[in-house]
Amino acid sequence: MATDTLSNHEGHAHEHDHHDTAGTKVFGFWVYLMSDLVIFGSLFATYAVLLRGTAGGPSGADIFDLPLILINTFLLLVSSFTYGMAVLSMNANRVNQVKAWLAATFLLGAGFIGLELYEFHHLIHLGFGPDRSAFLSAFFTLVGTHGLHVTFGLIWILVMLVQLQTKGLTDMTRPRIMCLSLFWHFLDIVWICVFSFVYLMGVL
Amino acid sequence: MSGHASHEEHSHGSVKSYVVGLILSIVLTIIPFGVVMTGSFGTSATVLIIVATAVAQVLVQLILFMHMNTKADEGWNFMSFVFTVSILVLIIGGSVWIMYNLHQNMMIG
Repeated sequence: MATDTLSNHEGHAHEHDHHDTAGTKVFGFWVYLMSDLVIFGSLFATYAVLLRGTAGGPSGADIFDLPLILINTFLLLVSSFTYGMAVLSMNANRVNQVKAWLAATFLLGAGFIGLELYEFHHLIHLGFGPDRSAFLSAFFTLVGTHGLHVTFGLIWILVMLVQLQTKGLTDMTRPRIMCLSLFWHFLDIVWICVFSFVYLMGVL
Repeated sequence: MSGHASHEEHSHGSVKSYVVGLILSIVLTIIPFGVVMTGSFGTSATVLIIVATAVAQVLVQLILFMHMNTKADEGWNFMSFVFTVSILVLIIGGSVWIMYNLHQNMMIG
Protein backbone atom coordinates (compact mmCIF):
# COMPACT_ATOMS: atom_id res chain seq x y z
CA MET A 1 0.00 0.00 0.00
CA ALA A 2 2.90 2.34 0.54
CA THR A 3 3.20 2.74 -3.15
CA ASP A 4 0.89 5.50 -4.33
CA THR A 5 2.25 8.98 -4.51
CA LEU A 6 0.06 10.91 -2.15
CA SER A 7 -2.76 8.76 -0.86
CA ASN A 8 -0.71 6.15 0.83
CA HIS A 9 -2.73 4.13 3.19
CA GLU A 10 -6.38 5.01 3.10
CA GLY A 11 -8.29 2.39 5.02
CA HIS A 12 -5.14 0.53 6.02
CA ALA A 13 -3.54 2.96 8.41
CA HIS A 14 -4.73 1.18 11.51
CA GLU A 15 -3.82 -2.27 10.29
CA HIS A 16 -0.19 -1.64 9.43
CA ASP A 17 1.87 0.76 11.47
CA HIS A 18 4.81 0.91 9.08
CA HIS A 19 2.50 1.97 6.27
CA ASP A 20 1.32 4.83 8.43
CA THR A 21 4.93 5.89 9.04
CA ALA A 22 5.64 5.79 5.30
CA GLY A 23 2.55 7.92 4.63
CA THR A 24 3.67 10.45 7.25
CA LYS A 25 7.13 10.61 5.65
CA VAL A 26 5.72 11.26 2.20
CA PHE A 27 3.30 13.88 3.56
CA GLY A 28 6.17 15.58 5.43
CA PHE A 29 8.13 15.68 2.21
CA TRP A 30 5.11 17.19 0.46
CA VAL A 31 5.07 20.01 3.05
CA TYR A 32 8.80 20.59 2.38
CA LEU A 33 8.01 20.85 -1.35
CA MET A 34 5.36 23.46 -0.59
CA SER A 35 7.95 25.56 1.28
CA ASP A 36 10.34 25.09 -1.64
CA LEU A 37 7.56 26.38 -3.89
CA VAL A 38 7.52 29.60 -1.82
CA ILE A 39 11.28 29.99 -2.48
CA PHE A 40 10.71 29.63 -6.22
CA GLY A 41 7.75 32.04 -5.98
CA SER A 42 10.02 34.65 -4.36
CA LEU A 43 12.60 34.18 -7.11
CA PHE A 44 9.91 34.53 -9.79
CA ALA A 45 8.69 37.75 -8.09
CA THR A 46 12.29 39.06 -8.00
CA TYR A 47 12.71 38.22 -11.68
CA ALA A 48 9.44 39.96 -12.61
CA VAL A 49 10.47 43.11 -10.71
CA LEU A 50 14.00 43.23 -12.22
CA LEU A 51 12.95 42.21 -15.74
CA ARG A 52 13.40 45.73 -17.17
CA GLY A 53 16.65 46.41 -15.32
CA THR A 54 18.94 45.53 -18.21
CA ALA A 55 21.37 48.43 -17.55
CA GLY A 56 22.06 48.85 -21.27
CA GLY A 57 22.82 45.13 -21.58
CA PRO A 58 20.84 42.48 -23.44
CA SER A 59 17.17 41.72 -22.76
CA GLY A 60 15.64 38.25 -22.85
CA ALA A 61 14.77 38.56 -26.53
CA ASP A 62 18.47 39.06 -27.35
CA ILE A 63 19.88 36.03 -25.55
CA PHE A 64 17.23 33.29 -25.24
CA ASP A 65 17.66 30.30 -27.57
CA LEU A 66 14.16 28.77 -27.84
CA PRO A 67 15.04 25.56 -29.76
CA LEU A 68 17.55 24.71 -26.99
CA ILE A 69 14.89 25.38 -24.33
CA LEU A 70 12.39 23.20 -26.21
CA ILE A 71 14.86 20.27 -26.20
CA ASN A 72 15.51 20.87 -22.48
CA THR A 73 11.77 20.90 -21.79
CA PHE A 74 11.28 17.56 -23.55
CA LEU A 75 14.23 16.00 -21.71
CA LEU A 76 12.74 16.94 -18.33
CA LEU A 77 9.20 16.02 -19.38
CA VAL A 78 10.17 12.55 -20.60
CA SER A 79 12.28 12.05 -17.45
CA SER A 80 9.16 12.76 -15.38
CA PHE A 81 7.40 10.02 -17.36
CA THR A 82 10.25 7.51 -16.93
CA TYR A 83 10.19 8.18 -13.17
CA GLY A 84 6.47 7.41 -13.20
CA MET A 85 7.31 4.09 -14.88
CA ALA A 86 9.87 3.42 -12.12
CA VAL A 87 7.14 3.88 -9.49
CA LEU A 88 4.81 1.51 -11.38
CA SER A 89 7.63 -1.07 -11.54
CA MET A 90 8.10 -0.66 -7.78
CA ASN A 91 4.38 -1.33 -7.27
CA ALA A 92 4.85 -4.53 -9.26
CA ASN A 93 7.92 -5.43 -7.12
CA ARG A 94 10.24 -5.59 -10.12
CA VAL A 95 13.46 -4.22 -8.67
CA ASN A 96 15.51 -4.52 -11.87
CA GLN A 97 12.89 -2.59 -13.84
CA VAL A 98 12.91 0.11 -11.14
CA LYS A 99 16.69 0.41 -11.52
CA ALA A 100 16.45 0.57 -15.33
CA TRP A 101 13.80 3.33 -15.27
CA LEU A 102 15.76 5.26 -12.62
CA ALA A 103 18.87 5.02 -14.80
CA ALA A 104 16.90 6.34 -17.80
CA THR A 105 15.59 9.20 -15.63
CA PHE A 106 19.14 9.96 -14.54
CA LEU A 107 20.42 10.14 -18.13
CA LEU A 108 17.59 12.46 -19.23
CA GLY A 109 18.12 14.69 -16.18
CA ALA A 110 21.88 14.75 -16.80
CA GLY A 111 21.18 15.78 -20.42
CA PHE A 112 19.03 18.64 -19.10
CA ILE A 113 21.77 19.84 -16.76
CA GLY A 114 24.38 19.48 -19.52
CA LEU A 115 22.40 21.72 -21.89
CA GLU A 116 21.74 24.24 -19.10
CA LEU A 117 25.45 24.40 -18.25
CA TYR A 118 26.19 24.90 -21.95
CA GLU A 119 23.64 27.77 -22.06
CA PHE A 120 25.09 29.42 -18.94
CA HIS A 121 28.67 28.99 -20.14
CA HIS A 122 27.76 30.44 -23.54
CA LEU A 123 26.08 33.50 -21.95
CA ILE A 124 28.95 34.15 -19.53
CA HIS A 125 31.44 33.72 -22.40
CA LEU A 126 29.59 36.46 -24.33
CA GLY A 127 29.93 38.75 -21.29
CA PHE A 128 26.30 38.31 -20.28
CA GLY A 129 26.97 36.77 -16.86
CA PRO A 130 24.99 37.44 -13.69
CA ASP A 131 27.21 40.48 -13.00
CA ARG A 132 26.09 42.27 -16.20
CA SER A 133 22.69 43.59 -15.08
CA ALA A 134 19.92 43.20 -12.50
CA PHE A 135 17.91 41.31 -15.11
CA LEU A 136 20.70 38.78 -15.66
CA SER A 137 21.32 38.42 -11.89
CA ALA A 138 17.65 37.53 -11.39
CA PHE A 139 17.68 35.23 -14.42
CA PHE A 140 20.75 33.26 -13.30
CA THR A 141 19.44 33.03 -9.73
CA LEU A 142 16.03 31.71 -10.75
CA VAL A 143 17.14 29.26 -13.47
CA GLY A 144 20.28 28.33 -11.53
CA THR A 145 18.30 27.48 -8.39
CA HIS A 146 16.12 25.16 -10.45
CA GLY A 147 19.22 23.61 -12.03
CA LEU A 148 20.74 23.11 -8.58
CA HIS A 149 17.59 21.30 -7.46
CA VAL A 150 17.77 19.02 -10.52
CA THR A 151 21.44 18.33 -9.73
CA PHE A 152 20.55 17.27 -6.19
CA GLY A 153 17.76 15.13 -7.67
CA LEU A 154 20.39 13.41 -9.85
CA ILE A 155 22.58 12.73 -6.79
CA TRP A 156 19.53 11.35 -4.98
CA ILE A 157 18.77 9.02 -7.93
CA LEU A 158 22.33 7.67 -7.74
CA VAL A 159 21.96 7.12 -3.98
CA MET A 160 18.68 5.26 -4.56
CA LEU A 161 20.32 3.07 -7.24
CA VAL A 162 23.01 2.09 -4.73
CA GLN A 163 20.43 1.44 -1.98
CA LEU A 164 18.29 -0.66 -4.35
CA GLN A 165 21.42 -2.68 -5.14
CA THR A 166 22.37 -3.25 -1.50
CA LYS A 167 18.97 -3.33 0.25
CA GLY A 168 16.41 -3.97 -2.49
CA LEU A 169 12.78 -2.84 -2.20
CA THR A 170 12.13 -2.56 1.53
CA ASP A 171 9.94 -0.51 3.85
CA MET A 172 12.90 1.87 4.07
CA THR A 173 13.66 2.34 0.37
CA ARG A 174 10.05 2.47 -0.88
CA PRO A 175 9.06 5.74 0.86
CA ARG A 176 12.36 7.26 -0.30
CA ILE A 177 11.53 6.41 -3.91
CA MET A 178 8.08 7.96 -3.40
CA CYS A 179 9.58 11.18 -1.97
CA LEU A 180 12.06 11.39 -4.85
CA SER A 181 9.11 10.85 -7.22
CA LEU A 182 7.34 13.89 -5.76
CA PHE A 183 10.61 15.89 -5.90
CA TRP A 184 11.24 15.01 -9.55
CA HIS A 185 7.67 15.77 -10.73
CA PHE A 186 7.77 19.00 -8.68
CA LEU A 187 10.90 20.13 -10.55
CA ASP A 188 9.17 19.45 -13.85
CA ILE A 189 6.24 21.64 -12.73
CA VAL A 190 8.59 24.48 -11.71
CA TRP A 191 10.27 24.14 -15.13
CA ILE A 192 6.87 24.60 -16.85
CA CYS A 193 6.64 28.00 -15.12
CA VAL A 194 10.27 28.82 -16.01
CA PHE A 195 9.95 28.12 -19.74
CA SER A 196 6.53 29.81 -19.93
CA PHE A 197 7.17 32.97 -17.94
CA VAL A 198 10.92 33.46 -18.39
CA TYR A 199 11.81 32.14 -21.83
CA LEU A 200 8.60 32.32 -23.90
CA MET A 201 7.42 35.65 -22.47
CA GLY A 202 11.02 36.91 -22.56
CA VAL A 203 11.29 36.73 -26.33
CA LEU A 204 7.95 38.44 -27.02
CA MET B 1 -11.10 10.70 -7.49
CA SER B 2 -14.71 9.62 -7.80
CA GLY B 3 -16.12 6.73 -5.81
CA HIS B 4 -14.12 4.25 -3.79
CA ALA B 5 -14.04 1.60 -6.50
CA SER B 6 -11.87 3.68 -8.80
CA HIS B 7 -9.69 4.92 -5.95
CA GLU B 8 -7.34 1.97 -6.02
CA GLU B 9 -6.36 2.36 -9.65
CA HIS B 10 -6.30 6.13 -9.63
CA SER B 11 -4.14 6.67 -6.59
CA HIS B 12 -1.61 4.07 -7.68
CA GLY B 13 -1.43 5.53 -11.15
CA SER B 14 -1.31 3.29 -14.17
CA VAL B 15 0.66 3.10 -17.40
CA LYS B 16 -2.38 4.63 -19.07
CA SER B 17 -2.52 7.67 -16.77
CA TYR B 18 1.21 8.36 -17.22
CA VAL B 19 0.99 7.99 -21.02
CA VAL B 20 -2.05 10.31 -21.13
CA GLY B 21 -0.16 12.79 -18.90
CA LEU B 22 2.90 12.63 -21.16
CA ILE B 23 0.92 13.16 -24.37
CA LEU B 24 -1.12 16.04 -22.89
CA SER B 25 2.09 17.66 -21.58
CA ILE B 26 3.81 17.35 -24.98
CA VAL B 27 0.81 18.95 -26.71
CA LEU B 28 0.62 21.71 -24.07
CA THR B 29 4.36 22.38 -24.57
CA ILE B 30 4.30 22.42 -28.38
CA ILE B 31 1.35 24.85 -28.56
CA PRO B 32 2.99 27.80 -26.73
CA PHE B 33 6.43 27.20 -28.30
CA GLY B 34 4.81 27.02 -31.75
CA VAL B 35 2.81 30.19 -31.18
CA VAL B 36 5.86 32.15 -29.98
CA MET B 37 8.32 30.79 -32.56
CA THR B 38 6.03 31.37 -35.55
CA GLY B 39 4.75 34.69 -34.18
CA SER B 40 1.38 34.08 -35.78
CA PHE B 41 -0.67 35.82 -33.07
CA GLY B 42 -0.63 39.31 -31.53
CA THR B 43 1.24 39.92 -28.27
CA SER B 44 -1.77 39.85 -25.94
CA ALA B 45 -3.22 36.72 -27.58
CA THR B 46 0.20 35.03 -27.32
CA VAL B 47 0.52 35.91 -23.61
CA LEU B 48 -2.97 34.52 -23.02
CA ILE B 49 -2.08 31.25 -24.80
CA ILE B 50 1.20 30.90 -22.82
CA VAL B 51 -0.56 31.44 -19.47
CA ALA B 52 -3.46 29.12 -20.33
CA THR B 53 -1.26 26.23 -21.54
CA ALA B 54 1.12 26.66 -18.56
CA VAL B 55 -1.74 26.48 -16.03
CA ALA B 56 -3.25 23.50 -17.89
CA GLN B 57 0.06 21.63 -17.97
CA VAL B 58 0.72 22.26 -14.27
CA LEU B 59 -2.73 20.83 -13.46
CA VAL B 60 -2.18 17.83 -15.78
CA GLN B 61 1.09 16.98 -14.01
CA LEU B 62 -0.26 17.61 -10.51
CA ILE B 63 -3.18 15.25 -11.11
CA LEU B 64 -1.74 12.59 -13.47
CA PHE B 65 1.92 12.49 -12.30
CA MET B 66 1.77 13.56 -8.64
CA HIS B 67 -1.73 12.15 -8.05
CA MET B 68 -2.85 15.13 -6.02
CA ASN B 69 -6.48 14.87 -4.96
CA THR B 70 -8.72 16.22 -2.24
CA LYS B 71 -9.04 12.90 -0.37
CA ALA B 72 -5.49 11.75 0.41
CA ASP B 73 -4.40 12.27 4.05
CA GLU B 74 -7.83 13.69 4.82
CA GLY B 75 -7.25 16.49 2.34
CA TRP B 76 -4.14 17.89 4.04
CA ASN B 77 -2.05 17.55 0.88
CA PHE B 78 -4.56 19.57 -1.03
CA MET B 79 -5.12 22.12 1.76
CA SER B 80 -1.37 22.77 2.13
CA PHE B 81 -1.19 23.23 -1.63
CA VAL B 82 -4.07 25.73 -1.62
CA PHE B 83 -2.41 27.61 1.28
CA THR B 84 0.91 27.74 -0.61
CA VAL B 85 -0.74 28.99 -3.79
CA SER B 86 -2.42 31.82 -1.85
CA ILE B 87 0.97 32.78 -0.36
CA LEU B 88 2.43 32.77 -3.89
CA VAL B 89 -0.35 35.04 -5.15
CA LEU B 90 0.45 37.48 -2.30
CA ILE B 91 4.23 37.40 -2.87
CA ILE B 92 4.25 37.60 -6.67
CA GLY B 93 1.14 39.73 -7.21
CA GLY B 94 2.04 42.07 -4.33
CA SER B 95 5.66 42.52 -5.45
CA VAL B 96 4.73 43.28 -9.05
CA TRP B 97 1.92 45.63 -7.99
CA ILE B 98 4.04 47.61 -5.51
CA MET B 99 7.13 47.83 -7.71
CA TYR B 100 5.08 48.83 -10.76
CA ASN B 101 3.54 51.73 -8.83
CA LEU B 102 6.93 52.70 -7.42
CA HIS B 103 8.36 52.71 -10.93
CA GLN B 104 5.48 54.88 -12.23
CA ASN B 105 5.59 57.39 -9.37
CA MET B 106 9.36 57.72 -8.93
CA MET B 107 10.14 57.65 -12.67
CA ILE B 108 13.25 55.60 -12.01
CA GLY B 109 14.90 53.17 -14.39
